[in-house]
Amino acid sequence: MRETTRQEDLLRGIWRENPVLIQLLGLCPALAVTNSVENALAMGLATFFVLCGSSLLVSTLKKLIPHEVRISTYILIIATFVTVADMTLEAVVPEIHKALGAFIALIVVNCMILGRQEAFASKRPVGRALLDAVGTGVGFIIALLLMGSLRELLGNGSLLGISLFGPSYEPWVVMILPPGGFFALGALILALGWIQQRRAPRSQPQEWPEGVADREAA
Amino acid sequence: MNGALSVRPEVPAWRLITTMALAGVLAGALIVIVHQSTQPTILRYKAEMLRRAVNQVLKQPERYETLYIYRGALIASVPEGVQSKGLDRLYVGYGADDQAVGFAIAAAEPGFQDIVRLIFGYDAMAGRLLGMKVLESKETPGLGDKIEKDAVFVSQFDGAATPLVGVKGGRGSDDPGEIDMITGATISSRAVIRIINNALERSVPLIAAREASR
Repeated sequence: MRETTRQEDLLRGIWRENPVLIQLLGLCPALAVTNSVENALAMGLATFFVLCGSSLLVSTLKKLIPHEVRISTYILIIATFVTVADMTLEAVVPEIHKALGAFIALIVVNCMILGRQEAFASKRPVGRALLDAVGTGVGFIIALLLMGSLRELLGNGSLLGISLFGPSYEPWVVMILPPGGFFALGALILALGWIQQRRAPRSQPQEWPEGVADREAA
Repeated sequence: MNGALSVRPEVPAWRLITTMALAGVLAGALIVIVHQSTQPTILRYKAEMLRRAVNQVLKQPERYETLYIYRGALIASVPEGVQSKGLDRLYVGYGADDQAVGFAIAAAEPGFQDIVRLIFGYDAMAGRLLGMKVLESKETPGLGDKIEKDAVFVSQFDGAATPLVGVKGGRGSDDPGEIDMITGATISSRAVIRIINNALERSVPLIAAREASR
């Protein structure tokens, strides 16, 4: 496998291998808590924190963790960071913590995070692992914010709680209900696919972006 | 990958166990530290929220006291050796003249999606409600959550006669015990009414017994 550059490590997670929109990982929080921009941002930041913390620690400790117990150790590390994030959110922004409910605790089982540890952080130097975690985390935040904006705008006529369309706007309530999550995700993936198809040169056959089937992980 | 696996030296079991145990101890220690530093803030916020809710449903009393429900009676302080933590409680508010203005009662029962937790003020002398506030609900956004956000619906509980009766929106008379239910959120509206009526059924005898013994 070709060595990646630092820039690639950082940027690939943001767009070309976006965890939600391209790799379709971490869909549970992406569908469940993106009914407002505020919730999406809080979820994105909490996941970002957990991902960066875990990648940093896993990459630092990779020589010390025996291969046989690596998955359980990763889960333990991730769960610790999630608990820290959970308590911090409850103390600092209790209203948002209440709105996110059980989904904060469920960051532990977000396969995007475990995936980065197994496929990247456990095999690379600390700096690279952190770059990759930051890129993937930012990509996750961007995807959640796109979903949150779309759903709040259509479902509530507002952005970040500020009403935009005036009182005459009849909100599409379905967009902030669970089915709206699927509609929004479908629409975003469709739009992204369309943009990529238009960008790709005609003569070359369409290729799957790198990372869809992560050969390292396989 | 298979080649790499076969040459990997065998790691003794004690090393695996020690690694896991060490990681567990470190994780536990970190969680304890964070828990201790965040817990005071969390508890302070919860107490503040409760204080605000009690003041709101009792229409800003001069002061209020906590009463515990212990062995079927209302008591102002818990007897020696009994944990107050698990006991159900009421709050009694006093006006400027030191007369009880009403009781704040918290109750929770299933709504449409999940348990609805609410608190309401009850004027025992007049047998009327003083106000109602939903503390916690996961009702459908845009429909069921109007039990919390619709000012018209919420204001109907101010001064409502008990027991409450739910009526379809717009059809009710001026009867003060009638609550107009929200169109599209009948189950949630009915749940609020049921929760209050059930809580009153439980609490009114206790309150009456307390008044009689004074």
